[in-house]
Amino acid sequence: MEHIRMPKVENVRLVDRSSSRRTHVGTLYLTATHTIFVGEGSEDRNELWVLHSLVCNVVKHKASQSGYPLLIHCKNFQVIQFIIPQESDCHDVYISLSRLSRPEKYEELYCFSFNPNVDKAEREHSWDFLDLKAEYSRMGLPNKLWHVTPINREYRVCDTYPADLFVPKSVTLPVIVGSSKFRSRGRFPTLSYYCKENHATICRSSQPLSGFSARCLEDEQMLQAIMKSNPGSRFMYVVGTRPKLNAMANRAAGKGYENEDNYCNIKFQFIGIENIHVMRNSQQKLIEVSALRSPSMGEFLTGLENSDWLRHIKSIMEAGLFISKAVAEEGVSVLVHCSDGWDRTAQVCSVASVLLDPYYRTLKGLMVLIEKDWVSFGHMFSHRCGHLIGEAKEVSPVIDQFLECVWQLMEQFPCAFEYSEKFLISIHNHIYSCHYGNFICNSQKERKDLCIKEKAHSIWLHLWEKKLDFMNPLFKPDQSQNQGLLRPSTAPYCFKYWRRLYNRFDRELHPRQSELDCLMTVKEETQQLEEELALYEQKMAVLDKERAKTLYMQKGVLDSKQALWSLPLDISLANTPQDYIGGAPNVFTLQQGERESAELCLFGDQTKSSDADNSDQESGVADFSSHSSGEESLPSEDSVKDPDSDETGPNRA
Amino acid sequence: MEFAELIKTPRVDGVVLHRPFMPTVEGTLCLTGHHLILSSRQDNTEELWLLHANIDSTEKRFVGSLGTIIVKCKDLRVIQLDIPGMEECLNIASSIEALSTLDSVSLMYPFFYRPLFEVIEDGWQSFAPEESFRDLESMTDEWRLSEVNKDFSVCPSYPSLLTVPKDIDDESLCKAASFRHGGRFPVLSYYHKKNGMVMMRAAQPLTGTNGRRCKEDEKLINATLCAGKRGYIIDTRTIAVAQQAKARGGGFEQEANYPQWRRIHKAIERSNVLQDSLIKLVEACNDQSHSMDRWLSKLEASNWQSNVKEILTTACLAAQCIDREGASVLVHGTEGTDSTLQVTSLAQIILDPACRTIRGFEALIEREWLQAGHPFHQRCAQSAYSNGKPRSEAPVFLLFLDCVWQILRQFPCSFQFNENLLIMLFEHAYTSQFGTFLGNCVAERGKLQLSQKTVSLWSWVNRPQELERFLNPLYEPNNLVIWPSVAPQSLLLWEGVFLRWNRSTKCLDEAYQEMVHIIEYNKELQNKVNSLRRQLAQLETEDKMVADLK
Repeated sequence: MEHIRMPKVENVRLVDRSSSRRTHVGTLYLTATHTIFVGEGSEDRNELWVLHSLVCNVVKHKASQSGYPLLIHCKNFQVIQFIIPQESDCHDVYISLSRLSRPEKYEELYCFSFNPNVDKAEREHSWDFLDLKAEYSRMGLPNKLWHVTPINREYRVCDTYPADLFVPKSVTLPVIVGSSKFRSRGRFPTLSYYCKENHATICRSSQPLSGFSARCLEDEQMLQAIMKSNPGSRFMYVVGTRPKLNAMANRAAGKGYENEDNYCNIKFQFIGIENIHVMRNSQQKLIEVSALRSPSMGEFLTGLENSDWLRHIKSIMEAGLFISKAVAEEGVSVLVHCSDGWDRTAQVCSVASVLLDPYYRTLKGLMVLIEKDWVSFGHMFSHRCGHLIGEAKEVSPVIDQFLECVWQLMEQFPCAFEYSEKFLISIHNHIYSCHYGNFICNSQKERKDLCIKEKAHSIWLHLWEKKLDFMNPLFKPDQSQNQGLLRPSTAPYCFKYWRRLYNRFDRELHPRQSELDCLMTVKEETQQLEEELALYEQKMAVLDKERAKTLYMQKGVLDSKQALWSLPLDISLANTPQDYIGGAPNVFTLQQGERESAELCLFGDQTKSSDADNSDQESGVADFSSHSSGEESLPSEDSVKDPDSDETGPNRA
Repeated sequence: MEFAELIKTPRVDGVVLHRPFMPTVEGTLCLTGHHLILSSRQDNTEELWLLHANIDSTEKRFVGSLGTIIVKCKDLRVIQLDIPGMEECLNIASSIEALSTLDSVSLMYPFFYRPLFEVIEDGWQSFAPEESFRDLESMTDEWRLSEVNKDFSVCPSYPSLLTVPKDIDDESLCKAASFRHGGRFPVLSYYHKKNGMVMMRAAQPLTGTNGRRCKEDEKLINATLCAGKRGYIIDTRTIAVAQQAKARGGGFEQEANYPQWRRIHKAIERSNVLQDSLIKLVEACNDQSHSMDRWLSKLEASNWQSNVKEILTTACLAAQCIDREGASVLVHGTEGTDSTLQVTSLAQIILDPACRTIRGFEALIEREWLQAGHPFHQRCAQSAYSNGKPRSEAPVFLLFLDCVWQILRQFPCSFQFNENLLIMLFEHAYTSQFGTFLGNCVAERGKLQLSQKTVSLWSWVNRPQELERFLNPLYEPNNLVIWPSVAPQSLLLWEGVFLRWNRSTKCLDEAYQEMVHIIEYNKELQNKVNSLRRQLAQLETEDKMVADLK
C-alpha cells in the first residue's frame, strides 16, 4: 500500500509500561491494516497486533541511548512504546502510521477489508440478528395510541433520523412537518421508550427554534399529542439536558428551549450536562491521569478530581434517574432534548431505559438499546469517534460515558445485569475499532448510501456467539434488585474510577484473581453436574426396573476434575513484585546487577517464561498458569491478536 | 454498684431512634452500667444495644422541650435519639458522657461480661509462643527461646518469651536492649521457610548525636546473616525524621558500624498524623453535600489512601527483600510498636500462606500485635469522632486491617476469611465485651488478670457457629507468595468500614448471598452425584455377582 514507507523494521524494542527497564526485542511490521510486533526467539504467540483504526495518535520522543522512541496511543487506552534503532526508520514508521491511522475515506476503514470466512447469507444473517421492529413490539407498539409514521421513509423530513419513527396516532403529517421545521436539524419529537404498564413514554427531539419569542403551533400540538397519548397524566416533563446558561445563550441564535407559557401542561426541567467539548477535555485529562507512571495517591486523586470526569458521569446519571422516576413513579411522559438531540439526549434516554427496563440489563437488550438510541437515532459515530481524519473538535466520548454509567450501575447492583463489564469493554473496543460496520458513518441514511450492510459485517451476532465470555455469574433476574426501576444512589462516593477500562492494558494494576471468573467456572461445572445427575438418576430408574441386567457405566465427569476455581487465576502474575522501592531505585541493582532484562509481561503467556528465570518459584506455579492461558489473555486480547477472529492475518488484508 | 450514681435517669419512655437506612423506632430507653438500650417492646422490631464504651462523642440539641442526642460511635455509626423532656435528656446525655469515658480499665465491660455460650476452646491458651517456636525448631536450629524478659524488666512492652539467635546469650541481649528505644532489642518476627531468610523487628537504636554504638547489638543482628550475605534494614521513617530523632537520643544504624546491612528509609506516618487522617476521612464520607469535587478533594486531603499505599508498599518491599533478594530484614521505626508491626505483619501475609487462614491470621494478630506490644488501649481509646484533645490515639491497627482488605480484594480466592472478619476485628479493637484488646502490652494484661477475669475474643470467634460468618466461600489454598499492586488505581476505599452506615447494602448483601448460593449448590450437586455414582457402582457389582451365580 502506498502509505507504507517502511514495511519492516528489525531490532525494535518494545517497552513494558509497568517497568521501563523491561524491554523485548523483535521485528516491527506495518501492513495495510495492522501494526505487528513479533518478539524474537520465542513461540508464535509472542506477537502484538494493533489495528490502525484504533490508533489515536503517534508521537516521536527525544532520542535515548537505546534508540528513537515512538509512542502509540490507542483509542482503547492502550499505550505502546517502541524504541527503534535508526532515526530514519523511526521517522518512516511515524509518517506511515500517522497516515494509516487517519483514513480520509470510509472505504479505507478496516470493516471494508475485514473478510471473515463467511458467505453472503451468513453476513446478511448477522445484520438481521437485531430487529428494531421487534424491539418496539416488545414494548407494546404499535398500539391504539402510537404508530409508525411513514413520513421519514426517504429521510426527507430529517436526514439524521431513522426511516421508521413512532409518533402519536393523533398527529397528522402536516403537524409533524411543521414541528420538524421548528426543530434543529428537523429532529421533531418522536418516541424512544414506551412503558407498557402505565403508557408513559420517553420522547426525544432537538431544541426548538424558539429564539426569544418564536412559536410554532404544530410543535405545540405535537407536544400536546404526546402528553395526551399518556391518558393517565395531566402534564408532561420537558427535560433540557444542557446547563441553563447554555440553553439561554442559544436563544440569541434563534434556538433555545420551550417556553412553558406557550405549551399546555408542560413542566420544563433543566438538568445540566456539559457539551461535547467539555467532555472531550475532561476525558483527555482522565486519560492522562490513568497513564501516569507510578503516581502518588495524591497525584492520582487530584488528577481524578481535576478531570471532572466523575462529576459529568454523575450528572448524566442524575438526568437518567430523573426521567426514569418520572416515567415509573409518576407515570408522566418526558420529552428530552439537548441541542441537536444526538449526544446528551442519547445518553440520558438510554441511561433512563436501563434504569427502567430489566430487558436492557440483558446482553441482547443492551445491544438493542445501543442500536436503537444511538445507531438508528443518528449519534454521529464517525465524528465522535474520529473514524476519519477531520474536525478534531467533533470528537467526544459521549458513548463512553453511557457505557460508564452502565458500569457504575453494575457496581451498585451486582445481581441486576446479565452481562459483566467485559461486555461493555468489548463493545467500547468495537465502537472505535471499525472492525464491523455498525458504528461507521453518522446516520442511518449515510450507512444506507454507503451500502454498509452489503460490504461489512455486523458486530452483534458475533458478540452474541461469544456471550459466555460476557456473562455475569451473579445475575439473578428474579431478585428484588432487578424488579422494576433501579434506584441508584448518586452520592459522590458511589461513582468510581473505571480501572478496567482506562487501565485495561496495565495488567499489573488489576486484581490477580477474579471473583466473577471463579464463579463462572463454578457455574459451568454445576451445569455439567446437573447433566450428570440427570443421567445417573435415569440409570437408577432403569436399574431399579431391571435389576438383573448389567449396565454400562459411564465414567463420571468428575474423575478428571481438578481443584475447582484455580482455573482462571492469573496467579503467575502475582509472582512478580512491583517497584516497591520508590525513592531508592538502585538498592537492589547494586547487589544483583541487571536482572530485569529477560523479564517482560506484555503478552498473555509471557509470565511463564519470566517465571522460568526465577528459579526460586513455588511449586504451584506451573499448575496455575497452565490453566490460565484461556482467561488471562482477556485484558489484552485485542493487543495479542486481532480481537475476535483468528482468521484475519497480515496476509489476508 | 458504683455505676448507679452516674445514672440519674435510668429509663425514659417515648424515645425515638433514628438510624440511617432503617425505619425509626419508638420505645423505652434504658441505661445500665455498660449499655444503652432502646426497646420498642414489640417482638418484630429490632432493639438497640449499644455499649457505652462504643460511644466516641455525643451532641445534644433542643427544640422546645424535645431534646435530641446525636450519638457518634467508635464503629463510625451515627444515631439520633429524640428524648421528650428537657431534664430527662440532659440526664441521659450526662450519664452517657460519664459512662463512655470511664478511666479505669477494670470497670470496663469485659470484666462484667459473662458469655452465654460454652467456651470450648479457651482463646487465652490458643496461641502460646512455645507452640510457634516448636514450628520454628522443626525448620531450623539457629534460634532459641530466651527468658531474659521473664519479669518484663529488660523490655516492659515485650512478652516474657522471645525468639533470638542461638549464639547470642542473655547478657548480650540485655546490653542490646539498653541500646534500643524502650528496650526493644531485635527479635525474630518471621522465618521464611523457602530460603531460610528472616525478618526481625526492633525499636530505633539509641545512637544519639554523638553516634553511640553497641557491639552486642551489631553482633545480635549480624548473627542472623549467612556468611558473605548482606541484609536490609527497613527504617519506616524518612531519613530526615530519623536524623531528627538523634537529637532526642534516638537515631539509626550507621553504615560504618553495620557494614553488612543496607538501610532503606520509607515514610510511614506517625500516630497523631494518622488520627487526623482518620478524622478527615470519616468527615468526608459523612459529608452530605453531594458535590463530586468536594468528595474527591476531601478524600485526597484526608491522606488516608496515601497512608494505606505507603504502608503496603513498605510491607511489599520487606517481603521482596526476603523472598526475591534472598536477604534478611530488620524493620524498625521509632518505638517499634506501630509502623514496624504494620510492616512485619503485612509482609507475613504476603509471604506466608498460613497467615491467610483464619487460625493463622488470628495467630499473626496475637504474635505481631498483642504479644509484640502494640498499645491497643492507648491507640483505640478514641475513634474518628473524638473532639477532645488527642492523646496517643491512632488508627494504626485499622490501617493494617485496611491493607489486609486491599490484598484480599486483589486475591479474593487466597484468603480463608472474608471482609467480615476484618470489620469485626476493627470493632473489637475499639470496643468489645472480650478482654483480648485491653491493655497495652503483655505485662499490663498480666496485671489486669485478663485471662482469668475476661473472655478471649478467640474463644468466641473460633466457635463453629460464629466461624461460618467469616469464611470466604471462594477460598482455595494458594501456597504462593502474593504480590499486591500498590498503584493508586488499584487501591480502593474500604467501603465496608467507611461507608458502612452511609449506604444501603441490600444489593451488595444479595450479591454475596448469591455467591454463597452458587458455591453451595455446586457442592451439594457434587455430593449427590458422588453418592449416586457409588450406589450405581454397588448395584452393578451386585448384579454381576447375581449373574456369576447363575
